[in-house]
Amino acid sequence: MDSKANDSAAIELREVSYNLHNGHDLLHDLSLTVQCGETVVLLGRSGSGKTTTLKLINRLLEASSGDILVDGRNVRDWDVIRLRRMVGYVIQEIGLFPHFTVERNISVVPNIEGWRSDRTRDRIQELLQLVGLDTAIAKRYPYQLSGGQRQRVGVARALAADPPFLLMDEPFGALDPLTRAELQKEFRSLQQRLKKTVVFVTHDLRESLLLGDRIALLDSGKLVTMLPRADFESSSQPLVVAYRQAFDSGCSAGDRK
Amino acid sequence: MNFWQFVVQNRAQVGELTLEHLWLVAASTVLAVLIGIPLGIWITRWPPANKPVLGIANVIQTIPSLALFGFLLPAPWIGARADRMAILALTLYALLPMIRNTYSGIKGVDPAIIEAGRGMGLTDWQLLLQVELPLALGVIISGVRVAAVISVGVATIAAAIGAGGLGEFIFRGLAMVDNSVILAGAIPAAAMALLADVGFGWLERKLSPHQIRQSAS
Repeated sequence: MDSKANDSAAIELREVSYNLHNGHDLLHDLSLTVQCGETVVLLGRSGSGKTTTLKLINRLLEASSGDILVDGRNVRDWDVIRLRRMVGYVIQEIGLFPHFTVERNISVVPNIEGWRSDRTRDRIQELLQLVGLDTAIAKRYPYQLSGGQRQRVGVARALAADPPFLLMDEPFGALDPLTRAELQKEFRSLQQRLKKTVVFVTHDLRESLLLGDRIALLDSGKLVTMLPRADFESSSQPLVVAYRQAFDSGCSAGDRK
Repeated sequence: MNFWQFVVQNRAQVGELTLEHLWLVAASTVLAVLIGIPLGIWITRWPPANKPVLGIANVIQTIPSLALFGFLLPAPWIGARADRMAILALTLYALLPMIRNTYSGIKGVDPAIIEAGRGMGLTDWQLLLQVELPLALGVIISGVRVAAVISVGVATIAAAIGAGGLGEFIFRGLAMVDNSVILAGAIPAAAMALLADVGFGWLERKLSPHQIRQSAS
């Protein structure tokens, strides 16, 4: 096998399958690469295997077959804890620790990495500003925050130790439309500055067109197509067309063009 | 002779038996905490063990206390002294609430919080000590509370095997058909149970502060 086929690939999946114990396969021969510094959106309906793919990358799940390379190295060869600390992870439910204040939530990884306290403190200030939060909320508990603020803290926490990779699983899915649009825009400008390698899961076509450099369309555990954003908008691939029509049609499309 | 007269006349003995009772309850509750919490944690880590462990603890709880004291009589070292037997028996009774509450407290932590923690690269120990145990603490303390209250009640029966405690008055009063003697054992025991209930209830609220109960996510 040509192990160094793609030098600039930051994350690479090679013919990855994932089966449940009952034989049902959630992912089938999935191959895709994510270049350094790009945002790849995994788009697809519920059950298409998007979230499974993410969890295989940070080894919350183990692939049944195939290889996954992060930073050129098979995830099986990575120390799983090291791997996860260089791959930030943001989920829809956020999962902030409810018994920790905002600043303690953000400093979990810096603390276990043994950062000096003044370095951690500076980093917290920096991150809160980066995600557009008032630094005064550092002492608050998660239940005292709004949904949008919580998700910003979730992003700040994932960025705390400055991981080069970021996995995001419908991070804005549970927010109201206005807050979602706001966070999407901010995330885009944040990403333009930070240039992380991002894999972003969503079922929202608009979100994928807004945030993705390339879009991978998944359907029942298979990769249908993976295209740069501009090509995706004009693709005649039947499923892509169906997806576009679903979002264009009806009265929901208040913002066509 | 009425209850108050009896208590005042025998105040030295009332005090002594209350202290004995307290010792039985405290020693067995501490032992149950030391054994029950690790066992409860272990069965969250190794699921095949959870049914057998909880099953055995359940069965122990159904053994009548007098019979359990009897079973322990021939045991080496333990059977040699009545208070050892009593403490062991009380510990066994207190295990079920300890194991069960530790287990369900940890299992009750929002899975999204666990997943976020694992995704951040916390080791299993870090996850346990920084996230799971603090969030389960309220439920675990309520297990200690149940265990202590049960122990106060069951410990009165320990007097039947000569382990002392407030049960002495109760058994003596029963033999003498004297209500004030029975009450001299029963009332302090009831007060002790109430105090344990209120005390641990307070601790439970104290250790599961606002932000945990409102479990935001």
